[in-house]
Amino acid sequence: MRFILRRVGFFLLTLWVALTLNFLLPRMMPGNPAQAMIANHKGVVSPTALKALEAQFGLNTHQSLIGQYFRYLGDVATGKFGVSLTTQPGNSVGRIVLDAIPWTLGLVGVATVLAFILGTGIGILAAWRRGGRLDSVMPPVFVIMTVVPYFWLGLVLILVFGVKLHWFPYFFTYDFTMTPGFSATFIANVLHHAILPAFTLLITTIGTWILTMRNTMITTLAEDYIRMARAKGLPGRRIMLDYAARNAILPNLTGFAMSLGFVVGGAILIEYVFNYQGVGYLLLNAVNNDDYPLMQALFMLITVAVLVAILLSDIATAVLDPRTREAK
Amino acid sequence: MALPRVGLGRGPGAPAEAAPTTATANPVLGGMPASAGGITGAHALRRMARAITSNRKATAGAILLLIFIVIALIPGLIAHDNPNTIYATKLGPSGQHLLGTTALGQDMFAQVIYGTRPVLEIAFGVGLGATIIAMLIGVAAAYLGGAWDSVLNLITDVLLVIPLFPLLIVLARYLNGAGTLVMIVVITATGWSYTARQLRSQALSLRNRDFLEAARVRGERPLYIIVVEIIPTMTSLLIASFLTNALYAVLFSSGLQFIGLGNPSVWSWGTMLYWAENNEAFQTGQTLWIIVPGLCIVALGAAFALLNYAFDEIGNPALRPIRSMRRSRVKPAQ
Repeated sequence: MRFILRRVGFFLLTLWVALTLNFLLPRMMPGNPAQAMIANHKGVVSPTALKALEAQFGLNTHQSLIGQYFRYLGDVATGKFGVSLTTQPGNSVGRIVLDAIPWTLGLVGVATVLAFILGTGIGILAAWRRGGRLDSVMPPVFVIMTVVPYFWLGLVLILVFGVKLHWFPYFFTYDFTMTPGFSATFIANVLHHAILPAFTLLITTIGTWILTMRNTMITTLAEDYIRMARAKGLPGRRIMLDYAARNAILPNLTGFAMSLGFVVGGAILIEYVFNYQGVGYLLLNAVNNDDYPLMQALFMLITVAVLVAILLSDIATAVLDPRTREAK
Repeated sequence: MALPRVGLGRGPGAPAEAAPTTATANPVLGGMPASAGGITGAHALRRMARAITSNRKATAGAILLLIFIVIALIPGLIAHDNPNTIYATKLGPSGQHLLGTTALGQDMFAQVIYGTRPVLEIAFGVGLGATIIAMLIGVAAAYLGGAWDSVLNLITDVLLVIPLFPLLIVLARYLNGAGTLVMIVVITATGWSYTARQLRSQALSLRNRDFLEAARVRGERPLYIIVVEIIPTMTSLLIASFLTNALYAVLFSSGLQFIGLGNPSVWSWGTMLYWAENNEAFQTGQTLWIIVPGLCIVALGAAFALLNYAFDEIGNPALRPIRSMRRSRVKPAQ
C-alpha cells in the first residue's frame, strides 16, 4: 500500500512538472515563439480569437505570470484547451484531439501488445535453448533492428509493399471514397490500412522485448530454484514457463510501460509517414502549421497517457511481485 | 526513431530497480573497484583496445565507426562534387554522379558524404554532454546521499518518464528549428536521465568501500573524492553511456530533421530524407534518395549499438554466445 501511495505521489509530481513545462516553454524560450505565432495569424483569425490566443499565451495582458499560471491550471483541469488555429480553424482543440485518439490507441495498442507477446515468447525460447540457432542469430539481428529509424522503415515498407507490389494502401486510415460506419467492408478497409503502419511499429519494437526477456531469463535460469526443479525431474516445459519465465517476466513488464514513451514517439513519426490521422499525425500537423494551442494540448495528452500507463504498470508490478512491495 | 532505451542487451530501464545486467556487473574496463586508485585512464584505454580486438561484434562496430569518422573529417577528398551545385535533375547513378542527382539537381553522393559530419557532431556532442551531466548528477546523488540524493534522484526520475520525443518536437518548434548546436543542447538537456540512474546505482555500490573511507579520513573534499576516486572506477559504464547517448542522438536528430525541425540548409542524412519526402522521391522513382541516407543512419547506429552490446557481453559473461553447445544440442545449465 505504501508503495502504491508513493507511486501515485510520484505520478502527481511528474504530471505537475509536465504541465508547468507546457506552460513555461512558450513564455521562456528565446525569440518569443508565441508572439511570432500570433503575428503570423493576425488578420487571418477573428479579433475575438486573437484576444483569446493572447490570453492563452500571456501576451498583452496585465495578469501576472502567477495569475496566468493558475488560470492555465484551471483551464487544463476543466478541459479548456482553446481553439485550433490552422489545422481545423475554429474547432475546439478538445474535440479534434478526441477524434484522433481512437486511431492511435488502436494502432499503438495492437502493435505494442503483439510485440510484447511475440517478443517475450521468442526471448524465453532463445534463453531456454541457449546456444541454439535462435539464440545465436536473434541477438545480433535485433541489435541492428533496434537502430532502424521507425520512419525510415515505414518509408521502405511503403516502397516495397505499397508502391511496387500494391499489396497494401499506405495513405490515411481508410479510403476517402467510403463513408465511415459499422459495416464489414468499412472495418475491413480500416484494418487493411492499418497493416503496414502496425507492422512497422511491431518489427521496430519487438527486438527490445526479445533482448531484455532473453537477458533476464538467462540470469533467472542460473538461480538455485531452477536447479532444484531440474533435480526434482520436472518436465522442461514446466521449468521454462512456470519457474523461469514467470519470474523473469516481471522486470520486462515494467519495461513495457517505461518504453511506452518511446513507442509513442515512434508512432508519431509512423503516423506522419503513413498520413495516419491519429494523435501523432495531428501533432506534426499542428507543429508545421504553427497551431500552438493544438500542439500544447497534444503534448499534454501524450505525456499524461504515458504517465498513466507507467502508474498502472507500477501498480500491477506491486500486486504481482511481492519483492517490490517490500522494498522500502 | 525513438526507441525504448531498454534494448542493447541491458535490463529494462525500470525506475524502481537498477538494470540487472549492467548496473550490477563489475566494471570490466575500469578494473576491480576495490583496487581503485591504481587504475589510470591509459590502463583503461589499453583494456578497451584489447576488448575491441577480441570481440567480433566490437571489431565490426569499431571499423564502421572509424569509416564514418574518416568520411566526416575529409569529405572533400571523398566526394568531388559540392552538395549544393546544381546539375540536371533526377539523373540516374553513373560514374559522374555515383548515386545520381536529386529532384533539385544536387549530387546525392556528395550530400551523403558531406552530411556525415553534422550527424557525427551531434552524436559525439550529445554522447559527451549527456554522459558528463549524468556522471556529475548520478555520482553526486549517490555520494552526497540524504536530501541531495532525494532531490537529484527525483529530478532524474521525473525526466526519465516524460516522453522525450514529443518534448523534443515541441522544443524544436518553439526554437524555430534546430541547427547542429541547438540540437546537441536540446537532446543533451532532456536525455541524460537514463544514464544518471545507472551511474548512481554503480556509485551507490561503491559508497562504503575502504578506499573511499581512506580518502575521507585523509580529509579530501567531496569534489576531489568524486572526480579522482569514484569516477575512474566507472570507465566502462561511462563508455556504455557515451555509446547509448550517441546512438539516441543520431536517431532523435534524424527524426527531427526528417519532419522539418532541423536546419534544412545544413546537409545531414535526416535533412536529405526531409527533402526526399517533400519531393515524393518514391512516387517519382528516386528510390536511392531515401534508401541511402536511411542506410547510413542504420550503419552508424549499428556501429554504436554493436560496440555497446559487445562491451555488455564482456562485462557480463553470462550473456556471451555459447558456441560449443550449438552442435551437440546439450540442454543448458545442468
